[in-house]
Amino acid sequence: MANHDVPEVKEDIETPELHEGATAHLAIFPAQEKHMVPLGFPGARVENWQQAGVDKLKDLLEKYRSLQVYLDICVKCGSCTDKCHYFLGTGDPNNMPVQRAELMRSVYRRYFTPSGKFFPQLVNARDFDEETLKKWVTYFHQCSQCRRCSVFCPYGIDTAEITMAAREIMDAIGVGHKYSQEIIGKVHTIGNNLGIPKPALNGTLRFMEDEILDATGQEVRLPVDVKGAEVLMVAPSADFFSAPHVESLMGYAKVFHAAGVSYSFSSIASEAANFGMFIGSYEQKRKIASRIAEQARELGVKRIVVGECGHAWRVAYSFWNTLVGPFDTLDPRYPVPQHICEFTNDLYKRGGLTFDKETNDDKVVTFHDSCNVARASRMGDTPGGQFTIPRDLIRATCNHYADMDADTIHEKTFCCGGGGGLLTDELMDLRIKGMLPRVTALKQVMKHDKVNFLALICAICKAQFSKVLPYYDIPMDTVGGVHQLVNNAIVLGKNKGVV
Amino acid sequence: MLMSLLAYLALAIFLAGFAWKIFQYARSPAPLLIPTTPAPLTKIGVAWRLFTEVAFFNSLFKGNKWTWLFGYAFHAALVLVLLRHVRYFADMPHWFAEVQIFGVIAGIVMVGALGMLLIRRFWVARTRYISSPADYLMLMLLLAIGGTGLLMKFAFRPDIVSIKEAMVGWVTLRGFQTPGDVLFAVHFALVLVLLAIFPFSKLMHLGGLFFSPSRNQTDTPREHRHVNPWAAP
Ligand code: SF4
Ligand code: SF4
Repeated sequence: MANHDVPEVKEDIETPELHEGATAHLAIFPAQEKHMVPLGFPGARVENWQQAGVDKLKDLLEKYRSLQVYLDICVKCGSCTDKCHYFLGTGDPNNMPVQRAELMRSVYRRYFTPSGKFFPQLVNARDFDEETLKKWVTYFHQCSQCRRCSVFCPYGIDTAEITMAAREIMDAIGVGHKYSQEIIGKVHTIGNNLGIPKPALNGTLRFMEDEILDATGQEVRLPVDVKGAEVLMVAPSADFFSAPHVESLMGYAKVFHAAGVSYSFSSIASEAANFGMFIGSYEQKRKIASRIAEQARELGVKRIVVGECGHAWRVAYSFWNTLVGPFDTLDPRYPVPQHICEFTNDLYKRGGLTFDKETNDDKVVTFHDSCNVARASRMGDTPGGQFTIPRDLIRATCNHYADMDADTIHEKTFCCGGGGGLLTDELMDLRIKGMLPRVTALKQVMKHDKVNFLALICAICKAQFSKVLPYYDIPMDTVGGVHQLVNNAIVLGKNKGVV
Repeated sequence: MLMSLLAYLALAIFLAGFAWKIFQYARSPAPLLIPTTPAPLTKIGVAWRLFTEVAFFNSLFKGNKWTWLFGYAFHAALVLVLLRHVRYFADMPHWFAEVQIFGVIAGIVMVGALGMLLIRRFWVARTRYISSPADYLMLMLLLAIGGTGLLMKFAFRPDIVSIKEAMVGWVTLRGFQTPGDVLFAVHFALVLVLLAIFPFSKLMHLGGLFFSPSRNQTDTPREHRHVNPWAAP
């Protein structure tokens, strides 16, 4: 492990003192021409970038009510100031949500309000100059778009919306983040974030079939591009290759097998993630989502099920219908899309699955609500289903479960520290510090309830936790998917034919 | 003469500016559904959510108890104070005089709460950091309005009859003679300043809250297709 400054974990989550400029030095790798141009962005910073940036802001103000309203109505009450995990972990005042937003608000005032035009000092209005842009690049890449701040704001001001707009403006003037742009490029050229071509995808899935056969004696299939399947299964591509993600993938496969529901992955839509959201681009969001809608039509499936991935679920649940709907070739009896937890839990409740909880008896489980699932989507028919359904499923597969502190779960959950397009090595320092509140709550239940397993439903959370928890002296195999628990507990060959 | 001109100017700026901002919010599109979840599934549910925000400052309560206490006390008191002021603009039934006492108490609470908000803004390092001169000036302006009001109530009582005559003249657009009382003139002038800056300041949270997409949308993207008005077909 490289040398990083790991904050001390206290008994409780504490609000730090202000440390001016604590994370001002953290720099992202800039996107290069080869990443930007294929996505329709300028290859380098454009000549008249100041004017172009202000013009883009004007354009976005006219397109997004959220931006217009949120830039106007913040009263600086301070309710959000101690709610962001990046502030709690770093103490950098620019990581207080209101202050992060102020980076854009000050520019908005300067160019779009009378007070900012005539009395810039009085209202803190700033030119969109070199120094401002530098702060934008830095601090709009220290927001994971987790929306925790919006829960506590009296007007619901969602800093994630402002971060998205800021990144969109920066892309428009040729200042991009390599990590997200490069990944989006891979989705368009190869089909998924990891850049796995079809033969490799096929190879790994056949390998997994053999593994399951060896372990269970059951011929569980993981099919690709099968026309006429009932379900199109869209998983984050990390599920195909990364640990502990693959265990969940095998869990999905066993659920379909046990329930006798035919399904298929798609080699073209082999990615649930949609980094178009991270860079704030409507057009990229739409393009990336359209692969999936097209594949659903192409393969003639009746339903679409989405795997364990937080932001992907937000885009799928909240945005797909708008971006690429309506899905009128699918079976109207099922919601489009369905979350794998909804799918599995529903089958289980109707008697379509059998679990042997004792297989997970070595574990005391807690559940981390992923931010995008918790605060930007739903599962099931009632508000809050996104909290109860995964927990119901965990309790169905395990005997030992304990929740973390009430201020750190459900809608108040803390981000893992790696969401929103920040899961990249150059931001490791931030990722470690941003995890502090979550680790504090986790250590509490590890101590009091002997928790030894952190169940997740997000590919980014899984990658982030397994990489960063060791810095806090928590072993990486503490982390796993909810469907990893399903994978362990499911009894094959018992049920058939419940759809 | 000058005062009455300024009074009409401020009123016009306030009304036109406020209407313009509301029009701007209403007109700007909401391309995607972004309610902060868990969110209501029905319009009635949304109305209730907004009601709890307006009537109880629900989210602020979750966020910070002290700010909630002072902020809530200020706003609730302000409402009562404004109601009490109706009698300076119109003839009110007899019972209205009987309940004036609540408005008077509210005036004291309001000024006290504003003072606490000011102290808090300055005292807590985080809120001090996020505050611009305008944020302090806004509180001081409100304090000055409240303070001059209380002075008129408790120390230097002006001639209410001439004030009422002037105010009725003002709001019915018939013009008015500025009452001679200095304290009143200051009180009134500060209110005019407040009216004139209202639409261009953070005070627009009054109207903006109702347009906040994270609070005013239903969580029904799968049930009903939400259409982005500017998306290419
Ligand atoms: S959205 Fe999350 S990461 Fe961004 S400012 Fe708000 S709390 Fe912080
Ligand atoms: S909670 Fe909302 S209104 Fe208060 S400072 Fe934060 S963004 Fe502004």
